[in-house]
Amino acid sequence: LLWVQERMAILESGRVHPPGLPSQNLIHVEARDARDALWAMEEGVRCASLSAVIGEIWGDPRALDFTATRRLAVASERSGTPCWLVRLGGHANLSGARMRWRIASAPSLLNDLDAKAPGAPAWDAELFRARGSPPGRWSIAHEAGRFHLAAAPGDRALGEGQRLSA
Amino acid sequence: MKRVASIWLPHLAIERWAKDNGYPPEAPVVLTVEGTHGLIIHAVTKAAAERGARAGARLTDARALDPALVAVPADPAGDAALVERLAKWAGRWSPLVEVDGSNGLRLDVSGVAHLFGGERGLVSDIQQRFAHIGLTTRVAIAPTAAAAWALAHFSPSPLEGEGGSSRRLRKGEGALSSFPPSPRSASLSRALPQGERGLVEQLSPLHVSALRLDPDTIRTLERLGLKTIGALMEVPRLALARRFKGEEDVVGALDRALGRKPEPLTAAPADPAPRALLKLEEPAAYPEAASQALGRLIPDLVRQLQERHLGARRLSLHGFRVDGSVAVASVSTAIASREPKHLARLLADKAAALDPEFGFDAFALTAEWTEDLSAAQESLVEEPSGERELARLVDRLTVKLGPKRVRRPQAEESHLPEKASGWVSAVSSLAFAGEVAREARRRGPSTSFAGPPPLEIEGRRFRPQRLLDRAEAIDVIYATPEGMPRRFIWRRTVHDIARVEGPERIAPEWWRQPSSARLRDYYRVEDSTGRRYWIYREGLIGDGRGGAPSWFIHGLFG
Repeated sequence: LLWVQERMAILESGRVHPPGLPSQNLIHVEARDARDALWAMEEGVRCASLSAVIGEIWGDPRALDFTATRRLAVASERSGTPCWLVRLGGHANLSGARMRWRIASAPSLLNDLDAKAPGAPAWDAELFRARGSPPGRWSIAHEAGRFHLAAAPGDRALGEGQRLSA
Repeated sequence: MKRVASIWLPHLAIERWAKDNGYPPEAPVVLTVEGTHGLIIHAVTKAAAERGARAGARLTDARALDPALVAVPADPAGDAALVERLAKWAGRWSPLVEVDGSNGLRLDVSGVAHLFGGERGLVSDIQQRFAHIGLTTRVAIAPTAAAAWALAHFSPSPLEGEGGSSRRLRKGEGALSSFPPSPRSASLSRALPQGERGLVEQLSPLHVSALRLDPDTIRTLERLGLKTIGALMEVPRLALARRFKGEEDVVGALDRALGRKPEPLTAAPADPAPRALLKLEEPAAYPEAASQALGRLIPDLVRQLQERHLGARRLSLHGFRVDGSVAVASVSTAIASREPKHLARLLADKAAALDPEFGFDAFALTAEWTEDLSAAQESLVEEPSGERELARLVDRLTVKLGPKRVRRPQAEESHLPEKASGWVSAVSSLAFAGEVAREARRRGPSTSFAGPPPLEIEGRRFRPQRLLDRAEAIDVIYATPEGMPRRFIWRRTVHDIARVEGPERIAPEWWRQPSSARLRDYYRVEDSTGRRYWIYREGLIGDGRGGAPSWFIHGLFG
């Protein structure tokens, strides 16, 4: 797994913390700016032996335009390496991504052991643009190592996630 | 005690020439070198020696004695190359071998001799091996290098190995090495010098030229009547030192021979790093020069790597400018590689950044760090293996972004969250991981390498997926100082805490941190919109380590 983080994204929302992740097998790239981050992502996407590429970019940098996202999407389709571009605190502007999601946090599920404690994490996911599938809205929860759909919808958006998926 | 073996190859030049050209030793052949007053005889065959030719004489003089002499130009460079090769080969006896002059070697054989059955066994082994390749040797072992040299060259009963003696394998060369008339036949009966007294005894009768002084000094000494080392030793040191100063350091030479002054051996250099050179006809001052040179250097270097079954881990491109300065660009790779395309891609950017200033007139590409890489088939179809593909990706990212920005996690032994997740540069860790994976594969399918053991699934739930580089101070409103937080302000936003879990107490590591470090109580909190944070309170009220506890936010949950 290649996880590319832009410097601003690290400052704003923290660095990847491997003890909190299910797999330690990742390569972390700290990019100086969005241009470097996109370049690193593209290099990663071209490499078929990676399981996935995750990129995090803060805001709406100039380098992140339609061409850049489209290049990523095409490269990803060619090599078969899935690629997610996570945009923190940005606007849903033009993008060449195949699927675009808007993800927000949602109140967690009930904790069976302690009613006051946070339970399994949950999110509100809105698929607002996708090729070949109608947009929709789901509530997702992650419990016991698996994702499943939960019924209750969330109430407000934390940030915007755009998802590039091949 | 130190023991040094000196090997002298007295007839190296003529033996090499005769062997290369298949000349019979009866032929009266002399090898000549250019001297100040015409050709000087460098080496002679046995037959030529019998007819009056000797090394050091002028060719015309020798021709006057015997007009039938055949003169052939000598090849000192070839001889020197042979001695270099022999020095490497002599590594079979001792790891520390030094080329000594134009036709000698010296070996540090301290503590080595027992492997060959004592010093006598060692000497006879050396002589036998050299005889097999058709070279006459005179070998001596002494406590100092200078004494060994003196004994090998001047001892009246040298430990001489005759290339032409009965030990030789090939009869054809039999007569070749038994010339010129050696002073004495080989005898191993004399004791090898042991200790300083034995050394003095052995050296005393030798002529002063055994001290390797320059000819003028020797002539002066002879005029003074000091013909042997023994006579020299009887002269008071002070008088000697006063008479012979500077270059003609007689006392120094004597001290080196007797071991009063150290004379360390320097090993012959190991195999030089693979290196490709490109000299330009005229200086190139345009910026693309380095990239173009790279295109011609890489195939050359790759060929060298291939011949030696090596793969490059670190490459350096040196651009030599006309004004004598040098520009360097270097890259490292995650796994050893000698694939021209990959290496070219890595170096391309850095090479283009080299500033020609007044112009480059030469380039050198050196593989400074290499690892064994046996010839392997890439793959049957154009589908490179995953590990190599990954290594190349890491190489490219590292070259562009720098090794500190491309990293892999490495678990550390620490309770503190920010210390538990260490990072190592991917370039250095990937090769290691590959090594371990290979090792695991060799051992069997049951053991497999998957990085550090993953944390327990329960433990993982309590660790955030993201950690802020520096914990940020927050303002917290709480019901009771020791109780749960109710509300906090982070980055000027108020977060109402809807749910909270904790505390998880992490004590300071007293064995690393100063005693003023305070403990931390971590809480997992969720605000009213469902965002989950990891906050902690540093210290307790009245713990005696500072004032009121302060609150920090440290991590975010996905």
